[in-house]
Amino acid sequence: MSVIATEPRRLRLLPLHFMRSETAGRWLHAVVPITFVLFLVVVWEIAVRELGVSKVILPAPSVIGEALAQNWPVLLRSLAITFSVMIEAFLLAVLSGIGMSVIFARFRILEMAVFPLAVILQVTPMIAIAPLLLIWVGLDHVDRALLILATVVAFFPILSNTTLGLRSVDHNLRDLFLLNRATSWQRLVELELPSSLPYILGGMKISGGLALIGSVVAEFVAGSGSATGLAWRIVEAANDLDTPRMFAALFLLSGLGVFNFAALTALQHLLLRTWHESAIRTER
Amino acid sequence: MAREGNVVNLVENFKTSIVMPTAQSFPAKTVPVMESDAVATSKRPIIRIDGVTKTYRNGTNALEKIDLDINAGEFVSLVGPSGCGKSTLLRLIAGLGTASAGEIDWPTSTYDAKGHPMPDLGFVFQEPTLMPWRTVFDNVYLPLKLGGVKRKDAHDRVTEALEMTGLARFAAAYPRQLSGGMKMRVSIARALVKRPKILLMDEPFAALDEITRTKLNNDLLHLWEQQGWTVVFVTHSIYESVYLSSRIVVMTGRPGRLSDDIEIDAAYPRNEAFRTSSDYGEYCTRVSAALHSASAAGDGEH
Ligand SMILES: Nc1ncnc2c1ncn2[C@@H]1O[C@H](COP(=O)(O)OP(=O)(O)OP(=O)(O)O)[C@@H](O)[C@H]1O
Ligand SMILES: [Mg+2]
Repeated sequence: MSVIATEPRRLRLLPLHFMRSETAGRWLHAVVPITFVLFLVVVWEIAVRELGVSKVILPAPSVIGEALAQNWPVLLRSLAITFSVMIEAFLLAVLSGIGMSVIFARFRILEMAVFPLAVILQVTPMIAIAPLLLIWVGLDHVDRALLILATVVAFFPILSNTTLGLRSVDHNLRDLFLLNRATSWQRLVELELPSSLPYILGGMKISGGLALIGSVVAEFVAGSGSATGLAWRIVEAANDLDTPRMFAALFLLSGLGVFNFAALTALQHLLLRTWHESAIRTER
Repeated sequence: MAREGNVVNLVENFKTSIVMPTAQSFPAKTVPVMESDAVATSKRPIIRIDGVTKTYRNGTNALEKIDLDINAGEFVSLVGPSGCGKSTLLRLIAGLGTASAGEIDWPTSTYDAKGHPMPDLGFVFQEPTLMPWRTVFDNVYLPLKLGGVKRKDAHDRVTEALEMTGLARFAAAYPRQLSGGMKMRVSIARALVKRPKILLMDEPFAALDEITRTKLNNDLLHLWEQQGWTVVFVTHSIYESVYLSSRIVVMTGRPGRLSDDIEIDAAYPRNEAFRTSSDYGEYCTRVSAALHSASAAGDGEH
C-alpha cells in the first residue's frame, strides 16, 4: 500500500530533479534544438503537401532528400572542393593574421604603415576586387584566386583581435617579465600569446564563418570553368530551375558552416577551460 | 610548537642552499667601507634616491623631491596615506618607469653587463599579478624558467617557496581557485624563489588574516636576518611596520614627500615579547602621530 502511495510522488519529482542536474543540462542543450528542427521539417512537409506548393517554388523536405541522393557523387565532389578552399583560407588567415599582429606589436612603425592598408582591404567589398584578381592570377588558376579571395575576407578579424589581445596584456605581468630579464621570444611565448588566446579564438570564430562566405562569393564571381564548388552547383541548379537540387547544395553549405562553428567552439573550450572566465563554470 | 619548528626548519634549509652575500659583493660607489667592519657594512647605501620627482603624464604629481638612502641589510617600511606615491616610489626603485627629475642610484656592482640595475631583486606587486593560464607551481617557477632553469632542477626550490608560504597543497591549482590572500602568497613565493638579495614588497600582507600575517611576518624576519637581505616594505599597518622594520619612512599625502624617518632601535630577533613591550607601544604611538600629521600635510584629496 505504502509503495503504491509513494510511487506517483517520485514520478513527479524525477523530471524536476533531473532537469536541474548538470548532465541533464548538457543533454537538453542537444535535444531541444534538434527536436525543434525536426518539428519544423515535419510542418514544412505537411504544409507543402496540403497546400500543393509547386516544387519549383518550395520543394518538400522529402523531395530535397531525393535530389540530394540522386546528385550525391557530384555534390560530394563539390563539397570537398568548397571545404578545402574554406579550410585552407582559414588556416592561411590565422597564420598570417597572428604573424602580422606579432610583428606589428614589435615594430610599431610597421603597424602605422601597414594597418591602414589592411583596413582599406577589409572595407573594400571583396566582390569588387574579385574580377581584378582573376585577371591577375589568370583565368586558368581560378582555384588560386578563390583561395586568395577567401583568405583576404577571413584575415581581418584575426589581425584586429590578436592586435587587441597583445595590447591587453596585464601591465604588471609585463613588468614582472621585464624585471626577470625575459627575452623577446620568452615574452611572446610565455606571456603575450597565452594572454591573447581568448581574443585570438574569438577572432577565429568570426573568421571561420567569413572563410566560408568568402569561398562561396568568390566562386559566384569566378563563374564557371574550373570552379565547381557548392556555390557553382547552386548557380547551375538555378539555371535549370531545379529548386530541389539548389536546396540540397544549400543544406550542404549550411552543414559546412555548422561544422566550422562547432569545431571552433570545441577548440575554444579545450584551450580555455582550465583558466579563462568565458569557459569555466565557477562553483558557488 | 610543531608549527614554530617547521618555520625554523624551512629557514634553515633556505640558509644552507644560499650563498650568503659577502661584503665584497657590494662595494659602495661613494661611501668608503672598511671590508672587515661589520658595523660599517650595515650603513652602506645600496639604493640612493636623490631628489626624485615623479609627475605622471596626466599631470598627477605623485612624488616631490624624495631624498632617501637605503642601506644594505636594512628593513625599511614606507608608510603614508593612500595615493601618496608609495607604489610609484617602489616601482621607480625597481627600474620600472623613469623619474621626472632626480635620480636613483645603485652601487656599480649591482649593475649587470648590459647596464641594467638590480641583478638580484624580488618584487611583490600590490596586486597578485599571476598568470591565470598557469598553475600555482608554474607561476612560482616563472622567474627561474625565464632565467633558463630546467623544470626538474627548479622543483625543489619552487616547492620550498610554496611550503614557506603554506601553499604546498595547492601547487596544481589554478589562480582562479584560490582566495585573494592565497593569490598574494603565491606572488610572495614567486618573489622569494630566486632568493634575491633585495626585496621590494608592496603591501604584501594586506589581504591576509591575522594568524597567517603574523606567521609570514615572522618567516620574513627570520629570512631577512639569516640572509642579510635588504627589504623595502610598503604597508598601511603601523603595527606591522613597527614589528618588522629597522627603520620607518613616513610620507605625506600627495604629492608624496618624506616627512619622518624613524629608527626602530629594538633588537632582533623580535618575537611576541616585543609586541607586548612598552617600547613597541611607544614606537606605534610615535609612528601613528607622524602619520597623522603627514596625512594632514598633503594637499591632494585622499
Ligand atoms: N600610471 C599612472 N598614471 C597616472 N597617475 C598615476 C599612475 N599610477 C599612479 N598614479 C597616481 O599617482 C599617485 C600615487 O599613486 P601610488 O599608486 O603610488 O599611491 P600609493 O601610495 O601606492 O597608494 P595606495 O596606498 O593606495 O596603494 C596617485 O594619486 C595616483 O592617482
Ligand atoms: Mg600602492
